[in-house]
Amino acid sequence: MKYFDYAATTPPYPDVVRTMAEIMETQFGNASSIHGYGERADQLLRRARIGCAATIGVKADEIVFTSGATESNNLAIKGAALRYSSRGKHIITTATEHASVYESVLQLQQWGWDVTFIPVDSRGVVTAEQVLKAVRSDTVLVSLMHVNNETGAIHPVEEIGNLLKKNAPRVLFHVDGVQGFGKVHVAPDKWKADLYSLSAHKIRGPKGAGLLYVRSGVELIPLLSGGSQEHGLRAGTENTALIVGMAKAMRIATERQIDFSSQIRILRDRVMKTIAAIPELELNSTHDGAPHIVHFSYPAMKAEVALHTLEQLGCTVSTQSACSSRSAEPSRVLLAMGRDVACAAGGLRISFGDEHTEEDAAMLEKALHQMVAQLRPLERRM
Amino acid sequence: MLNYDMLLLRFGEFMLKGKNRARFEKTIITQVKALLKPYPGASLRKEYGRVYVDLGGESHTQLIPVLKRVFGVASISPVKVTPSEIDEIVQTAVAFMDERAEEFGEVTTFKVNARRVWKAFPHSSHETNHLVGSPILRKFQQLKVDVRDPDIELRVEIREQGTYIFSEVIPAAGGFPLGTNGKAMVLLSGGIDSPVAAWSSMRRGLEVECVHFYSYPFTSQRAKEKVIDLARALADHAGSIKLHLVPFTEIQTAFTQLGQDNLIITLMRRSMLRIATKLAERERALALITGDSLGQVASQTLPSMNVIGRATDLPLLRPLVMMDKQEIISLSKQIGTYDISILPYEDCCTLFVPKSPSTNPNLRIVDKIEATMSHLPEWLDQAVEQTETITLYAGEASVLTGQPENSEMKDDWF
Repeated sequence: MKYFDYAATTPPYPDVVRTMAEIMETQFGNASSIHGYGERADQLLRRARIGCAATIGVKADEIVFTSGATESNNLAIKGAALRYSSRGKHIITTATEHASVYESVLQLQQWGWDVTFIPVDSRGVVTAEQVLKAVRSDTVLVSLMHVNNETGAIHPVEEIGNLLKKNAPRVLFHVDGVQGFGKVHVAPDKWKADLYSLSAHKIRGPKGAGLLYVRSGVELIPLLSGGSQEHGLRAGTENTALIVGMAKAMRIATERQIDFSSQIRILRDRVMKTIAAIPELELNSTHDGAPHIVHFSYPAMKAEVALHTLEQLGCTVSTQSACSSRSAEPSRVLLAMGRDVACAAGGLRISFGDEHTEEDAAMLEKALHQMVAQLRPLERRM
Repeated sequence: MLNYDMLLLRFGEFMLKGKNRARFEKTIITQVKALLKPYPGASLRKEYGRVYVDLGGESHTQLIPVLKRVFGVASISPVKVTPSEIDEIVQTAVAFMDERAEEFGEVTTFKVNARRVWKAFPHSSHETNHLVGSPILRKFQQLKVDVRDPDIELRVEIREQGTYIFSEVIPAAGGFPLGTNGKAMVLLSGGIDSPVAAWSSMRRGLEVECVHFYSYPFTSQRAKEKVIDLARALADHAGSIKLHLVPFTEIQTAFTQLGQDNLIITLMRRSMLRIATKLAERERALALITGDSLGQVASQTLPSMNVIGRATDLPLLRPLVMMDKQEIISLSKQIGTYDISILPYEDCCTLFVPKSPSTNPNLRIVDKIEATMSHLPEWLDQAVEQTETITLYAGEASVLTGQPENSEMKDDWF
């Protein structure tokens, strides 16, 4: 079985697993304790914080460790909204955000906030001008993703951030960086981002660890109370082992980013070519998207059936994003990109990791041809 | 955004000091070089009264805050370089003003100040003022010329190898180049004041070495780490800095057993000054510096300063003595030590504050008490011997670069 769902989650590096096991066994102290066990744990955290900060080019004290990007996104959006509600009650996001952003803003909407969902074009991206146009005098926050988790579409975050900084300097800018880190160049400081979310398990680190970059000077209301950990922004005993594992995975991902992306871009491009040549399938990803994601639709077939057929043929792929794939609803992201319901309900995502080779891509291509050949007689009448 | 080509660093008041100037300039250049180490693209060039830093692709927004720290530099201007041809100059000058257009109010006054250094340039300075000024006035209706006191002064320096265009003048640290007025030891406690005292002294041209007293187990390892962090923050200004860590447990324990609680701070401070004096002699430093601010705490009343200060023969410099706490705090925020200083770890003085420390210690009694402690001189020497010295450098990531205390920590975990 070949695993092509790296955008959902990744197998942690053996070296990361070993590190975490060693730390769990020997460094179990609570970093808030003042005895030696605690001090040793604290030193591990400090070094991890420095390491994580260095990979994204920010200062160590601007890093808040969380349980993952879902928490980071919730903290960024609700924490900023609660803190700065005196400036206004308007939030801007896009129609294609990850559920943790999308549903956070829906929650704020229920609490009386006004939300602007900027529409995306057929490639799935917004322009900086669109974002700026949506800004009002009561806008508190702009939140959008760097790379879309379903299609790999890349938003022009640097342009957006700089345009915002120039024309609306009081508006905070949050970037959900989960799918971009390790795949494309990342520079929250250059983008003028105030908040930036990351997750460890998308880059071969552990599940249950993530971080939020909070630009110094930006204040948030914590979602978890009960301790002064993480500058009072996130109470709870830090998970030393997972955090060190994340720091290591982030370092490796950063060191390998350029090689990795050029290596998987070749695989992605050949698989995209194959899909484009199969008349039953429709490509939803474009070549200017992230190098690890190919999204396509089989409009005449339920996505679930196509997925299971591919699985029988030895290839694990995904329908929609993992976070919403258990629902049979058509993809919100594809609908927003202007696809029809059939296309949006028949979406499949292939995502590559650093272990994939040309042979794997060839096997996947063969499976795609065979899947369509097997299912063609079962297609619903259009 | 405009891509600047270089930064222009102007020298400060020491320029008046004729004979020493060459030495002063050399010191500045050494410090600039130390602070530029993390930015390999940048390179520097010296000219009369100025230093130019060619950005070489490094970002000016990152470099300006770093170079603002160089002692002896009065101000910095980001510069755009164009070929010395009138069309190019005008075009760049307009783009330059466009960049600042958002600062313009309804009426903003400006002037062009052209200087023809390269006399073969076909237009005189005066002509160039007009040639550059008129298209700018046409483009920006809000601008009005005021040659006496303009809001914006656009400087155009025409040289053979290129024309420098700049207008922003960003104030920098000022003062004297580091170390040009000698060397002193600063007592670094971990609080808000002493790092500010250290920085103020460095700005006045003193090279500074830090002395910190720790008394494990009365103070935690983290209190020591905090002081290392503070010294590192000071190294971001100085390029590098030495920190002497003095074990103080034994002396402190002896004082606590005297049954003279109200004098304990006085006694401790005197011993600290004696140890710092010995270190100063060893390191050839000519003064001690403390963060004392008059009346702030019991040990900083005038009678206390009198009794404590007599423990050293060296000049005892107190840069903050007449400053208000608020001024000190705002300086400490400016120099980047405040956030470290307010971390909650105890230092060895705060831990032993008696209920009613003496604000008016009696010198005769203090002398007598010290005379009864026959081992004190020996302990002082021992403390100096056991002092551990580390050097911190600018731009080092926080902590753990020295020696990780967590000996169980493995490098390959990271």
